[in-house]
Amino acid sequence: MLDLERWQEIFDTIRKNKLRTFLTGLSVASGIFILVILLGFGQGMQNGVAHEFEEDAATSVWVWPGVTSKEFKGLNPGRSIQLKNENYESSLALFGDKIEYKSPRIFVRNVSVNYGKEALVYGIQGVSYDFQFIENAKMSEGRFLNYQDEVTTAKVAIIGNKIKRDVFEDLKTPLGEYINISGVLFKIVGIYSEREDREEERIYIPVTTAQRVFNGGDRINNMSYTLPMEENFDLAVAQATAFKEKLQAHLQQVHTVAPEDTGAIQVWSALEEAKRYYSLIRNIKLFFWFVGICTIIAGVVSVSNIMLIVVKERTREIGIRKALGAKPWSIVGMILQESIFVTAISGFTGLIFSMGLLEILGPYVEVDYILNPSVNLNVALSTVVVLILAGTIAGFFPAWRAASIHTIEALRDE
Amino acid sequence: MIEIKDLHKSYKMGSNALHVLKGINFTVEEGELVAIMGSSGSGKSTLLNILGMLDVADSGEYTLDGVPIKNLNETKAANYRNKFLGFVFQSFNLINYKSALENVALPLYYQRVPRKERQERAMKYLDQVGLKEWANHLPSELSGGQNQRVAIARAMASEPKVLLADEPTGALDSKTSYEVMDLIQKINDQGNTILVVTHEDDIAHMCKRIVYLKDGVIVEDKKVKQVRASAHV
Repeated sequence: MLDLERWQEIFDTIRKNKLRTFLTGLSVASGIFILVILLGFGQGMQNGVAHEFEEDAATSVWVWPGVTSKEFKGLNPGRSIQLKNENYESSLALFGDKIEYKSPRIFVRNVSVNYGKEALVYGIQGVSYDFQFIENAKMSEGRFLNYQDEVTTAKVAIIGNKIKRDVFEDLKTPLGEYINISGVLFKIVGIYSEREDREEERIYIPVTTAQRVFNGGDRINNMSYTLPMEENFDLAVAQATAFKEKLQAHLQQVHTVAPEDTGAIQVWSALEEAKRYYSLIRNIKLFFWFVGICTIIAGVVSVSNIMLIVVKERTREIGIRKALGAKPWSIVGMILQESIFVTAISGFTGLIFSMGLLEILGPYVEVDYILNPSVNLNVALSTVVVLILAGTIAGFFPAWRAASIHTIEALRDE
Repeated sequence: MIEIKDLHKSYKMGSNALHVLKGINFTVEEGELVAIMGSSGSGKSTLLNILGMLDVADSGEYTLDGVPIKNLNETKAANYRNKFLGFVFQSFNLINYKSALENVALPLYYQRVPRKERQERAMKYLDQVGLKEWANHLPSELSGGQNQRVAIARAMASEPKVLLADEPTGALDSKTSYEVMDLIQKINDQGNTILVVTHEDDIAHMCKRIVYLKDGVIVEDKKVKQVRASAHV
């Protein structure tokens, strides 16, 4: 391989057969290009689906009360379930060691919200200080609710970024401003941002304040938890499912609901949902790999085909070289070295182009469920190597055959 | 220089075997210019191919410059060809994408001569055949006579013991043929051993000895008075 003279001979050949070299290179480069783009989009799809789940913490579990649908212990179906503070507290007492963050939530209804003379139409929710982590809300200004707010039933509010833009756009900051909720003034102490506008249209106040000031008693509308992250996904799903089932069973017992009546108190685990999507992604990825491998095979076939034609075309030249004293191995070596060189250069060119395209355009791709398509460099490099190897093997046989034909027959080849 | 004894060669043609050479005995001394003549099918090209180690005889002995040529495999044959032999073909057999100079330099590449020296030596031989000015032209840009002269320069570049020419004038008109023969005679004058296969009488008489082949045997082997090709040019 380090034979300089041979390299010169090969470069001569390449320089003087530009079209042939270009066509060989093009088919290799385009094969790699297509493969990398396909794999990139497979990855993009995975990123996209994963992103859809970033809204809430991945391990969150939510409890939503509903209406019973089965008769149980003499109670009629059609009964609405109302969660209470005691349910929340008992859930913490029973499962507190498994829980990372937790928060009850109250939807404050039938209130009017004003800022100065302007009437606001945003939902008011009473939540606990952990809620920020359950919702994955990022604080862009100020702070979220804290323990002190809850104990002192403070009249403080956290607003979403969209509300800031819609209502407070003239102010440098809405922090310190007061909003009037049904005659009670709440001081804005923080602004949060979320991935979606819809989730930024909320005003959070302490759950205790919501119950006390707005006549909520000890009612709560739903409860949410997150579980600590496990090392592997399957274990995390198993933990979440176990927690979900125990919690549901406990609440069903407390509210006298039939165990099979899962609609009466719904417990929803993000991980369990995610698992379905992950298997969908896995299938999509498999599909892309399948298409990619087919592309590679097509690439290998076309490289072999070209090698076959190239060698056939050069049969006479091989005869001449042999008549002049070339040994068979030196001819095989020369042809292979040339083909490896051409496939390697064009393979890497295809790789660089496709990865460049993904790098540059990837971040701009904004389609549902496709986000930032990109490809693993190792995967891409190995495909190039596979293609080069395949091209080598494919080139070897015709080269060897051509080198072993009788010189006299090779010379007769027109 | 060349010594062959009882050389036989047959080709399988379907179920029949075609016996082409039926016991050839023949010696060539150093510095000879031998014409091998015969009608087509007489076995003259087969004989030349065996002498050139492009083909293998079925039986018989072949000694080239004191070296017995036997048990040839491709690698060994390539080695001998490179060391001992220069070829000139009817159809020139130049590599069409290489310039005249590069074609002449090619046998030196297989002798592992460094590039620079290769080019110098190739240029020297091109000069000898009078094509120095055409060194960088492709075969397609040269006439048939010029191409054959490039081929002769290429055959001479490796400084072979024996130059084998298979119908070197077969594809050329008579004027160009005589020019090529003139060149071959001059090379012979320098002491090189040359074998020319031809079916043209006038070309054969420009050699010093004529061997007639008929149906795979030598029917006549005579020394002739050489006709100088330069007289016809």
